This record gives sequence, C-alpha cells and structure tokens, in this order.
Amino acid sequence: MNTRREIYKSIKEVPREEFLAGGTGLCAGCGGLLALRLFHKALGPNVVFVNAAGCMTLLAVFPFTPFHSSWLYTAMASAPAGAQGVRDALDVLIAKGKLAKTDDLNVVVVSGDGAANGIGLQSTLGAVFRGLDFYYFCYDNEAFANTGFQMSPASPLASRTATTPAGTPTRKENLFELWRAQQPAFVATVSPAYPLDLMDKVARAGRLSGPKMFISLSSCPPGWGIEPADSVEVARLAVDTGVWPLKEAHGGEVIHTVVPHRRHPVEEYLRPQARYRHLFEPVRQEPVLQQLQTDVDDYWARVAR
Amino acid sequence: MTRDLLTGNAAAAWGARLAEVDYVPAYPITPQTEIIETLARWISDGQLAARMVTLDSEHSMLTAAGAAAATGARVFTATSSQGLVYGFEMLYTIAGWRVPLVLVNVARALAAPITLEPDHNDVLAARDSGFLQLHAETCQEVMDSILMAYRLAEHPDVLLPVLVNLDGFYLSFTREPVDLPAAEAVRAFLPPYEPAHARLSASHAMAQGVAVLGGSAYTFFKYQMQRASEAALSVHDTIAAEFRERFGRGYGAVEGFQLDDAEYVIVMSNSFSTTGKGEVERLRARGEKVGLLRLRLLRPFPHELIARLLAGRRAVAVIDQNISVGKGGILFAEIASALYGRGGPPLRSVIGGLGGRRFRSVEFDQILAALRDAELNGGSPEPWLLFSESEHRQMLDMLRTAHGERAESGS
Repeated sequence: MNTRREIYKSIKEVPREEFLAGGTGLCAGCGGLLALRLFHKALGPNVVFVNAAGCMTLLAVFPFTPFHSSWLYTAMASAPAGAQGVRDALDVLIAKGKLAKTDDLNVVVVSGDGAANGIGLQSTLGAVFRGLDFYYFCYDNEAFANTGFQMSPASPLASRTATTPAGTPTRKENLFELWRAQQPAFVATVSPAYPLDLMDKVARAGRLSGPKMFISLSSCPPGWGIEPADSVEVARLAVDTGVWPLKEAHGGEVIHTVVPHRRHPVEEYLRPQARYRHLFEPVRQEPVLQQLQTDVDDYWARVAR
Repeated sequence: MTRDLLTGNAAAAWGARLAEVDYVPAYPITPQTEIIETLARWISDGQLAARMVTLDSEHSMLTAAGAAAATGARVFTATSSQGLVYGFEMLYTIAGWRVPLVLVNVARALAAPITLEPDHNDVLAARDSGFLQLHAETCQEVMDSILMAYRLAEHPDVLLPVLVNLDGFYLSFTREPVDLPAAEAVRAFLPPYEPAHARLSASHAMAQGVAVLGGSAYTFFKYQMQRASEAALSVHDTIAAEFRERFGRGYGAVEGFQLDDAEYVIVMSNSFSTTGKGEVERLRARGEKVGLLRLRLLRPFPHELIARLLAGRRAVAVIDQNISVGKGGILFAEIASALYGRGGPPLRSVIGGLGGRRFRSVEFDQILAALRDAELNGGSPEPWLLFSESEHRQMLDMLRTAHGERAESGS
C-alpha cells in the first residue's frame, strides 16, 4: 500500500463542515453520494454543480436542494457544455467588473457513467479539448442505475444488468484512458472506501487549471444486489482485489496511488453481489471467473512493468 | 446613426454587437455561418467585448448559451435548420429555465432530402418550446428585432428566450440598406442586463433547473410560462412603441399591407412576403382589392389582433412555407383556430416556397381565383400544394437523362 498524500494525511484532517445535507431521495448506502460528499468537502463551499440526467438529478427536487452550493440541471448529453457556459459567463462577468472576483465558483459536472461514458462523451471530449477549467465528478455505478440498472458502456464483463440478464458480453469502457489521451490537467479514479485518497486528489488537483476528472466507483446497493450497510465494504473489496485501481494522471504518466500489496482474489469482490450470482449458482462458471481474475492480473502485470 | 448595405446575416451580427452581448457560443452551419464569422472578427479586433467559443455541436452550443444566461450573462447565438433540430431538446430546457437568451435561426429546409434553401419547418418545429418567435422580412428588421428581442426576453413579466428568424439565402445573403443606430442610442433603449431572477455566484447560491415530482408541480411551472408568453403580447407592443419613438421604425405583432380596404387577404411570413407584396401591388393595379397580412410575432400568437384584422374579409388564403406532413400548413391551422367561432371569412390553405421554391405570378392569380371560389362555396378544402406541370416535367426529364446516361455508361 503506497500513498502520496500531501494534504489529507489523516481522517482527523477531514473538515467537519457538511456542504451536502442528509435526507435526500437517493438510495440508502449509495456509494456515489458518499463520494460526492467527500468530494465537496475537499472542494469547499463555492461550487456550482452542473448535472446530467441520472441518479443525482434526484438530489435537487423542487422546492428543495441538499446543497449549500449552486446547482444547474442541464440534460443527459451536455452537462460539460453547460459547465462551459457557466465558466465562460463567470469569467466574462468578472472581467467586465459585473461580478466580484470573490464571487467566483468552482464549476463541477456531476454525472453517472451512462452520461460520462456514452451520450455525454462528445460534449465531454469537447470541453477537455478546449482546456475548460472545470471538475468532472463521475459516479460510476456501472449501469444506467436510475432507470433500473440497464447495461451502460461502463458495465463490467459478465455483470448482470436488466438488459443483459445472462451477463454483460463486453468489457468495461476505459473512461480513464479516454480522458488521459487528451492530456487533461488531472484525471483520477477514486473510491468512497478510500476517503483520504479521494480528498487528497481533489485538493491537489485544485492547484491545477484545466479539466479535472474524478471517476468514483460507486457501489450501488439496489443495482449490485448488496446490503446498504455493506456498500463501503464492497467498494473497498473492489480496490483490494485490484478490480478498481486507484490512480491518477497529470501530464501523461499514470501513478497508482493505492497499490494492494497482496491482492485478494477477485471472487471475494464478486461473491457478495447479486449481479454476479449467476457465476456461482446454479453451477460455477469457472472459465468466466478465471477470465475476470486473469483480466485483473494482466492489468497489474502491465502496471508493474 | 450610419447607413450601410448589409446582408441579413451581417444585420444579425450588428444586432448582437449593438446589444453588447457578453457571450457567443457558436457552431458553424450554412447559411448562418457569416453571423459567427462577423462576430469572431469583431471580438478579435476588440470592437465587441464578448467571449466566443466554438462548441462541439448545436446541442452543446445551446446548452452553453442557456447555462451562461442562467449565470447572468447576456448571450447571443445563432443556428439554422439541422442545427436547430439537433439542439432541439435544449430549446425546451432553456425556455423552462426562464433565461433571456436570444437565438437567431437562419431558416433552411430540413433533410431529407438535404438541401440549403429556406422554408420554415425548422423554426416552426420550435413553436411549442416556450421560445418567443419574431420573424423578420428585411435586413433592417433582423437587426431591430434582435434589439427588441433582448428587451422582451429580459422583461420581468416575460423572462422567456426569444428566437429571431430570417430566411436563409433570400435574406441571409441579400444586401439591403440598414440604418445602424449609435451605440449610445441603443444603450438608452437597451441598458446592460441586470439579472434579478437567475444568476450564479458565490454570494448567491441558487439551484436552477431542478427536477419536479408529479403533475401538479410540472403544471405549475408550465402555466407560468404560458402566462408569461401571453404577457409578452402587450410587452411587445410597448417595446415596439418605444422603439419607434427612439429610432423611427415601428413593428407590430403583424404587419398589414394594403389591408385596410382589402376584400381578399393573403397571409404570409418572412422574406417571401416581399414577393407577396409585389403580387398584391400587381393585382391592385388590375383593380383587385387584395391585401397581405404578414405574421411577425409567431409566439405568443396574436389571436385577437389577427381575428380583428381578418374579420369581414370575403376570403383569406394562408400561404404556408412549411408542411406538416399528413396535416398541411402549420400557420393555416393557427389562423383557423384564431378565427374559430367568430363568424370569420372562409379560408384556403396554400403550401409553397418549400426548400426555397419561388412563387410565380400566375400562382397568385390562381390563389385569388381560389379565394373567389371560397367566398362562393365556403368549405375548407385540402391544402393546395403549389407545383406546376412544367416543374414536374423538368423532374421527369432529369430522371430520364440520368437513366439514359447510366445506360450509355453500361453500368
């Protein structure tokens, strides 16, 4: 286990201020919401979230918002373009003296993997290409969870979704590398089970201007078929089995920020989740389980080289 | 004030420049591109203190435009045809945000078949979105309408975005003399935008565009939009009166041409109204009491005014430069609904000018004959689709030539 943390070294350093109130309409045990709460703590209060359609759209429901900060729901495909409009408007209004510099905001796109990996990818790559100074927080629950857990490009191989009842036939799209290819200011994977890693990345990225992406694996109790109380534990197993590598890139090189020194078998992560139950019952799908373990082993073998 | 020969596109750019807009998100499309090229040049030269950014699509362009307006900037953008329908989802969204964006559409017929010249299926597809719509006939009116559009959109009783339409090619690329008012005079008419309702800043946190649950909450917001759009009718007239006072040019929600004593009326819109006015003059010279009603404010739709102006006529023809396939002319249905139950004149529906197809003089003679028939026989016949025998022959000739060449080449 290696860490490169600079700002958040101990859990005691996590601010007690809450910018995201409880009591929202999201599911109990939502890993994405936990990650967003930590993300917001690291970013501070002066934030506008520009939202694409998904689970988090149900955070701000008339006439309530759980945020002390601002919110703008746009559409499923174009939240990064909304962030462009907000960022540009703030810049222009500040430059013209119509808005005080102290009124500036951090502009954050918040979307699920359905928008980040699929329908919103064009507007995302456009914003990254233009070097827009914004944050993107993607809660990756590996499906269209808000509509009842259908397959998305982020659904992992063999995982069951409502539209792939026999298991997803394709491998998970590599959003991290799609971003990294354009050399954004910062791109990282994070996990709600590793709060210090998450917050330290956000705080360090805050020193950089340009596109900053945080892809959080977001354990999803109803979609993954786990108990809300086990949500963090399953998210932790994703990291400890090597399925969800915690890493970052700025300026090209990929750095793994948490390297499990002795990786747990992938099965330990799969077993507790109903979306993988068909790999164990009624008969054990040995070749598939082997393949999933091999994929993880191959990844880390490449990393070690 | 100066006078210059400007294309419709240049006049649109001048409207944005004189409105001193803060932000111009852009995406190129024929025949709109000259607008953003002109604005890009002025911004680059320092003649317009605005930021311009080229987005990845019209959907993104409209999203950025609406989001910037929601932040508190005065925003201008322009598109056309496929671009408008590509960004269609955002038209409803931006109108629902109640932000005062001004969007220019340079009308161009929709694919398929893909083409460049204008009709109004693009802009009229947006008629239910909540955007107000102003349709311009001349280059001067394009510029003036944009200035009026910002006043309208930013008015506290309205707070809805405005779409200003001009016809591609026929107006976008036609030069006409345009009076350009001085910047100070425009500033007196249109002061800088001070957002009171929708803005984003650290000291003013705001949740915008939030979800609603259930029909009551949704209806609550939609009815507010309806009321605001209705209010825009009288707000438009007030603004138009002030505009006339300051600049000497007046615009109503509709324009009457030779209308006062007209027995037969032809309803048209946009640049082809100029053709219609010429035909009215030709028929008048022959002693026919014909007039023209040009629709300018399409949303909100001025039902009362139109019903009043068409009352007592012998017959009215609505020429639609659009086609709702399976129904007919869109504006015909709107005019008919405005007249319903008032004992109004018999109507005829004519469809023409699709994809920029020109009207012929003889067709106006035929329309007048149809109006006389309507006067005698009433009824509401099927929409009349203008297309001549010679055009049809020409199409068949082209096909024969193509088939012949294919046979010759042995393929």
